[in-house]
Amino acid sequence: MIRTILRRAALGGTTLAAVTLSAIAFAQEAAPDVPPAPTLDRGDTAWMLTSTALVLMMTIPGLALFYGGMVRKMNVLATAMQSFATCCLVTLLWVIVGYSLAFTEGNQIFGGFSRLFLSGMEPGGSHSLAASIPESVFMTFQMTFAIITPALIAGAFADRMKFSALLWFMGLWLIVVYAPVAHMVWGGGLMGGMGVLDYAGGTVVHINAGVAGLVSAIVLGKRMGYGKTPFPPNNLVYSLIGASLLWVGWFGFNAGSAVAADARAGMAMAVTQIATAAAALGWMFAEWLTKGKPSVLGIISGAIAGLVAITPASGFVLPGGAIVIGIAAGVLCFVASTWLKNMLGYDDSLDAFGVHGIGGIIGAVLTGVFATMAVTGAADPVGLVDGNAGQVFTQIKGVVITIVYCGVATFVVLKVIDLIIGLRVSEDVERDGLDLSLHGELVP
Amino acid sequence: MKFIMAIIKPFKLDEVREALTALGVQGLTVTEARGFGRQKGHTEIYRGAEYAVSFVPKIKLEIAVSNDLVERVVDTIQKTAATGRIGDGKIFVFDMQQAVRIRTGDRNEEAL
Repeated sequence: MIRTILRRAALGGTTLAAVTLSAIAFAQEAAPDVPPAPTLDRGDTAWMLTSTALVLMMTIPGLALFYGGMVRKMNVLATAMQSFATCCLVTLLWVIVGYSLAFTEGNQIFGGFSRLFLSGMEPGGSHSLAASIPESVFMTFQMTFAIITPALIAGAFADRMKFSALLWFMGLWLIVVYAPVAHMVWGGGLMGGMGVLDYAGGTVVHINAGVAGLVSAIVLGKRMGYGKTPFPPNNLVYSLIGASLLWVGWFGFNAGSAVAADARAGMAMAVTQIATAAAALGWMFAEWLTKGKPSVLGIISGAIAGLVAITPASGFVLPGGAIVIGIAAGVLCFVASTWLKNMLGYDDSLDAFGVHGIGGIIGAVLTGVFATMAVTGAADPVGLVDGNAGQVFTQIKGVVITIVYCGVATFVVLKVIDLIIGLRVSEDVERDGLDLSLHGELVP
Repeated sequence: MKFIMAIIKPFKLDEVREALTALGVQGLTVTEARGFGRQKGHTEIYRGAEYAVSFVPKIKLEIAVSNDLVERVVDTIQKTAATGRIGDGKIFVFDMQQAVRIRTGDRNEEAL
């Protein structure tokens, strides 16, 4: 299992001092992808086939509906299109170069080119991180994570990015940001080596997407009329359906990250459900108390915040920890999306940062608190509850590295695209709506 | 001939239609409308962003009637559409110069 291997590497004694620029500079690790003797397990494979389909469902139609319902009516198709087109584009780029950069032997930052165009991926072979399932399944499972991560960012710049710029951004971001961060955490790179725990993608997917969203929202600027004219959601029933599909699909995301049909996958599933419910209620009651009414948009936003926060912790924590993580995520993401955003004055249209960035950070840090050997089966203490307080600091280091790397790289990618083709639609296009102006279609 | 325009609460539409039909009104036109009067709008809140919605959904009725029906029609709409609370709507009566039935070319009273 991926995370067990990474933990062992961590306990093997990578020290703080090793995390210097010289360590970052292309230090070689022991080869993570030496082909093991393939002993494929039918149960594991069946679950991972299922999980892969579930995670794909999170983006299409889950995220497309979740985001599509929240924008104004004139932008609903453009928003759904962003998720769908990203799905298609990332699939091909993952095959061409993304998978290789993330999951083959390389340096501390990114992997190598040995799986370029999936060369060398034999039908009967497996990856060293997932020895009991075919590599084709592992590659596709990871592909669905690579799809949803950039698609999440689109929530931050909804209503105002050119479609051509969006495609360039999604493609470049996958290669320059996603693949390296996935490699650093899971593929045998820097953060995995430091002992950062991320079961299913709290740093790789959610902090990564959230921070990229925040940077995008700031670089693109506010929507026309932000804060002056109303931006009412066109149909919150779409958003509720989307959020529900995300919730169901998330079992593939978290329990699938066991890369096995085993006891740890079972606990990952249980804590996912528990934390999500706690976060949904946390947001709902926080909103009810401070704004006077418990809203549909509020409870579904809380559920997503809980799913995000439990992502790095699933597979490490017990149900009690899941409840605390859920409530913290629900309440704090509510504060971030309603108060922090207004105070700092950025226009994160659909709260990609407020929910995924903040939720991801809460989850990553609390994983260090609640991770326990009772779940992982390790011989040594794992998190603070086991008596290993150092894990909390390791988690914070992982968060900081991800924020800095993602923030800087995303900024550069956006500036380059802006310089060459421009990021933002014209004022006329923004006023008339992206559906008609960019896609020639309308929802009646 | 008079032209009557009434703004009423949407849920009162069927009741008003039945009452007017019983009176002998042969036809009317309905439009979904929005507006404001003494009843102010409402506030919507999405993730903390508050929007004041100042126009309230209403139904606009348009009825052309002969002079002998006018008083009874106005009276019936007023009584049927009333709930006693702010926002029940208003009735406006205009003089009407001409009416034409498009199918036959009938004019005025015959066209109603």
